[in-house]
This record gives sequence, structure tokens and C-alpha cells, in this order.
Amino acid sequence: MTDTTANGAPVLTTQDGTPLKVSLARALRREKMRSLVLIAPLLIFILISFLAPIADMLFRSVENRIVADTLPQTVAALSAWDASSGELPGEDVYAALHDDLVIAAEEKTHTRLGSRLNYELSGMSSLFRKTGRRVDRMDEGNYKEQFIDIDKDWGDVETWLFLKRYSPKYTPGYFLNAVDAEYGVEGIKMKPEDERIYLYLFWRTMFLSMLITGSCLLLGYPVAFLLANLPLRYSNLLMILVLLPFWTSLLVRTSAWKVLLQQQGVINDTLVWLGVVDDLNRLVMINNQTGTIIAMTHILLPFMILPLYSVMRTISPSYVRAAKSLGATDWTAFWRVYFPQTIPGIGAGAILVFILSIGYYITPELVGGTDGIFISNRIAYHISSSLNWGLAAALGVILLSLVLLLFYVYDKIVGIDNVKLG
Amino acid sequence: MRNLPPYYSTGQIAWHYGFRVICAIIFFFLIFPIMVIIPLSFNAQDFFTFTKEMLAFDPAGYSLKHYEDFFTNPDWQQALQNSFTIAPVATLLATALGTLAAIGLSQSHVPYRSAIMAVLISPMIVPLIISAAGMYFFYSRIGLQGTYWGVVLAHAALGTPFVIVTVTATLVGFDRSLTRAAANLGADPITTFFKVQMPLIIPGVVSGALFAFITSFDEVVVVLFLGSASQKTLPWQMFTGLREQISPTILAVASVMVFLSILLLTTLEMLRRRSERLRGLSPG
Repeated sequence: MTDTTANGAPVLTTQDGTPLKVSLARALRREKMRSLVLIAPLLIFILISFLAPIADMLFRSVENRIVADTLPQTVAALSAWDASSGELPGEDVYAALHDDLVIAAEEKTHTRLGSRLNYELSGMSSLFRKTGRRVDRMDEGNYKEQFIDIDKDWGDVETWLFLKRYSPKYTPGYFLNAVDAEYGVEGIKMKPEDERIYLYLFWRTMFLSMLITGSCLLLGYPVAFLLANLPLRYSNLLMILVLLPFWTSLLVRTSAWKVLLQQQGVINDTLVWLGVVDDLNRLVMINNQTGTIIAMTHILLPFMILPLYSVMRTISPSYVRAAKSLGATDWTAFWRVYFPQTIPGIGAGAILVFILSIGYYITPELVGGTDGIFISNRIAYHISSSLNWGLAAALGVILLSLVLLLFYVYDKIVGIDNVKLG
Repeated sequence: MRNLPPYYSTGQIAWHYGFRVICAIIFFFLIFPIMVIIPLSFNAQDFFTFTKEMLAFDPAGYSLKHYEDFFTNPDWQQALQNSFTIAPVATLLATALGTLAAIGLSQSHVPYRSAIMAVLISPMIVPLIISAAGMYFFYSRIGLQGTYWGVVLAHAALGTPFVIVTVTATLVGFDRSLTRAAANLGADPITTFFKVQMPLIIPGVVSGALFAFITSFDEVVVVLFLGSASQKTLPWQMFTGLREQISPTILAVASVMVFLSILLLTTLEMLRRRSERLRGLSPG
């Protein structure tokens, strides 16, 4: 069916007379809509149940409304104070602090503010507690002197500098803490040597993860090579030995290692029986870094073997054969011809194992003792024990950015669509 | 096994067998820790190592008392029950939403496909401790922290990427002309879906569901933060058991769970074979 346009050229139309182009565009739009409608429920579900919590964590890592909410008048009065003058703020600020604290003490919010500020500067919690108890017994007028009477910290410029610094609604304070830095008199500086923990912990997490990735590669490469070069019916059988650990619960494997590695455990018993180790000097292999490395290598090994295997399966044996027929030794043929072809598999497996390992929590917690724990364990500690949620969120954000960065690299090498299971 | 080529030198023969020995040791490392807990779980004593009686295969050295404890102790029974009330609901939710989305994603023209895929896969990428922290902060804001539905929603979110990955993989081999033929013969989209598409992609859906189930069933970090004592699952109970007072009952529980994973592995393997067979038949 044809129609003609203004200049007389024929236009293809469908049966009902609409131009074919319009009709096709409409069909395409309808198909796009249909796919979106199918995807929408899950997309909304993930946005609410998963991405909103992550966004909340990002928000909490910088959020600091508690100072402005508890001491609104003081914050307003402090904004006029020139912090660089080196002098204490004027009477109006002390009066505002008095008014704020009277309300706060009535609502008992001053202790919460105190413990929040204590994360940044120790002594703040007791200062607010003490002042809160006495604030309603103050006489009118001359507040400055009365506050300094309660605690001489109120007469210290440092205290006011600190309060002014933490009065905005958002603060980089948690992030500074998470990288062992703090505000000094002249700007941001590193904490004293003996108070730094997080940078070291991040470094240790990376270092142990690298060790684990390395040992997975060392153990995984020969196994993947054997599996890829055996006839399918044998390799499928041997594959079960890789897949069974992969499918076994993480806690089962961790408890197995806990049982095997302990001083009265199976490994030590065997070593004593063989006479390798003296009964009195049984090896300490658990609750330290050794325990973490052994158990996590075992747990993550299948994640190394599977990508390596799928790459090695596709390598044609004729390249190695050609190399050998041209006079290469076994080693040269392997190292110069076979090995370079397995690099994509090594990259995929290593990044996958490394990503999984830097975020691990359960295994280090159970077999790591004190020197084998990771940054995740510290995050968990701040959430459930110290209740410093802001710091936990800041540490989490740093860890998350690290993982996302690595995943970006993984996506470039392997492609996110090529994630295969089992 | 194949015979070695006759021209191999002694060194090459030694390396051939040496390499196999190395691989055997690595396989042993992989499988031994899992297998050793099974005989240990029948220990008559409260020890975590083989007693003299066990090594002498004396029946007195073996007993079922740790299994008895697992099946009678109310703590373990409650945990088992919680695991079996949380995991299936989370699986159902994850499978239904995940399958729909995977079908949507497999259409030929999807706007922002890679961005959507990245969002949907994200629960698999983000380390569990970070998901757990974020969910703890957010769910306590909206009152879901410490509730059954909070845990179910979180577990469903963690399970969906696996459903998407497996179902998408099955749909790659799906012949689209079958649905077109059904529509041409007068079937409405819902009939087409259930009568034509579903029976063909069911292996992918089931293995996705199994992945989602095992994700929820094994998951401990998120439930540790999000759950309250009344959502204590089996892995959680194992975790506290391992951290506080390690009791040999854990070995019995672990053996039962190893048995479960063997069952699961077999099912998945059978599904994979069926799917490959079907793909061989269909022209796509």
C-alpha cells in the first residue's frame, strides 16, 4: 500500500493508512514500555530495600545536625564570634548557651550531644553532663563567670573553637576520624602516632586480602589447569570437589577450620602423632592472622578456580603443540605461549577474590583473634558496641568506594554481563 | 587415563606424576575440612578431635548424642524453624520479581539497559557488612529493624541478582519466534507466558530460586544486624555458638547442612543438564 508525500515520492503505509515509519516507531515505543513495566517492580523494590539504605549510610557519614538542633541560639550567637581573635566569646554567647542548656537539660538531650561530641574530643561528655546538672541553678546575668566556675573548660578558647567547628549541619569529621586525621589549631592534621588505627587497619585488610588472593592463585592455577586438560568425564567428576565447598555454608566451613586448627584439634593431634611437633609446643594456628589466611583461602578458592577454568577451557592446545614442534622446551611453551593466554582468567579470578575478601566479616571475626581482623569487623564494632554510627558509616563509605572502583576494573576486564554462577 | 607418550624423558614423566600429586593435595585441602566434620559429629565425647575409641573403630566411641541435642534443644529448633519461615518467603519474592525483570531485560530494546543492570546486580557486589550497616540505619528509621518482614525484604533484595543472572542466561537460548507463534495463534500474553515461555525457562528459574534460597538460608551478617532475638536463624545460632561457647552440636548441624548442599548441588546439576538438552532441541 503506498501513499504520496507533498513532493510526490511514495510513502509506505500500513493497512490502516498510517505511515510505516510512524507505525514502527510506535511498536518500538510499545516494546520499550513493556520491558520497562516488567523491570519496574524489581527496580522499585531494589531502590527502596537496598539503595535507599546505602544512600542513608552516605548521608549519615557527614550528617551533624545534633549541635544545631540542641543548641540553636548558641550556634547563632557563635557565628558572630571571630574565632581567630584568640579571645573568649562575649557574654551574649554564654547567655545563649545558658538558655539552650536549660531547655536541653529539661529534655535530657544535652547528654546525647555530649556523647556525640565526645567521639571527636574526649572530655566533652562529662563537660555537658556536669554543666547540665547545674545550669538551672544559675543566677541571672554574668553567665560567663558562672560557666567558667562550673568547669574551667568553658573559659578555654579551644572548647569554643571546637563547638564552632561542629556547629554546621554537615561535617567531614567522621571521615577525618576514619583516616586518622583531626582538626588542629591550624587546619587538618594527622592524629598523634599512637592514636592512629584505621589507616593501619585499611592497610592490613588490603595486605591480607592480597596474600589470600595470591595463595588462591597459587593453589587454584594448577587445579584449573588439570581440570581444563582432562577429558570432560573425569573433569566433571573432579569438579564436584570444587563445587561442593562452593555450595557449603560459609559457617560450616568456618566451623570446620575452627575445629581443625585449634590447639587440641585434628591437625595438631596429627602433627604430634607424627612427631613433627612436640606435645607441649602445639602450633597456634587460630585466633591470629594465620587462621584468617588459611580459612579464607579455602573459602575463596572456588571463586578463583571457576573463572580460571572457563578461560583455560577455551585455549586451543594447538598453540602449545606448535611451540613445542618449533623447538620450545616444556617450560618455554608454557610460560611464553600458554600462560599469557590465561591472563584474562587470572585477572578475573584475582579481582573477584580480592573484592570478596576485603569486605569479609564472619570468618575474620571467628578465627582472626585480634590481629587477623579486617576493617569490616571495626565497622560492626562501631555499629553494635561503641554506637558511633557516623564513624561506622564513614568507614563503610570508604570501603564501598574501594570495592566499586575494583568492580569498575572487573567490569572493564570481564564485563558485568559475564558473571557466571556454578 | 591416557598413556604417556613413549618419547617422554624421565624428567617429563616425573613432572607428569608430580603435578598430579600436587593437584591431589590441593583437592584434599578443598574437601578435607568439609568431610572431616561428618565423622567428628558422631563423637561420643564432647571433644573436637578423634578419640582413641574412634580411631580404633570401637562402636563405644561413636554416638548420635549431638544429633539428638540438635533435634531436641529448643534453641536450635527455634533457629531451624525461623530459617525455614524466612528463606522460602524471601525466595518467593526474589524469584517472582527477578524472573519478571529478567524477561523485561531480555527484550531487544531496553532503554538504559546497562544502568538498570548495574542497579539490579548491586546487592551482589556491595560487601555484606556495608549492606547490613546501611539497612540497619535505614530500617531502624522506618521501623522495620528487628521485624520479620525487615529480614525477609533484606534477604529478598540480596537474592534477586542471582535470579536475574540465571534466568537471563536461560533466556539467551530462548527462541522468540515461539512466543510470536503463540500470539499469532490467538493466545493472550499471560497464556503465552505460562504455557509457552515458562515451561522452557523453568530450569533457569528454579536454579535462580535455589540460589536465592541458599543466599537467605546461609546469610548471617544482615540478619545479625537487622533481626531481633525472635528472628534468630540457624547460621546466627551457629555464629553465636562458635563465638561464645563452642559446643559439639555445631558439628552435627554442620553435617546436616553439608548433606543439604550435596542435595542442592545434585538438583542444580540435573537442572543444568535438562536445560542443555532442551536448548539442543530448540533451533535458537
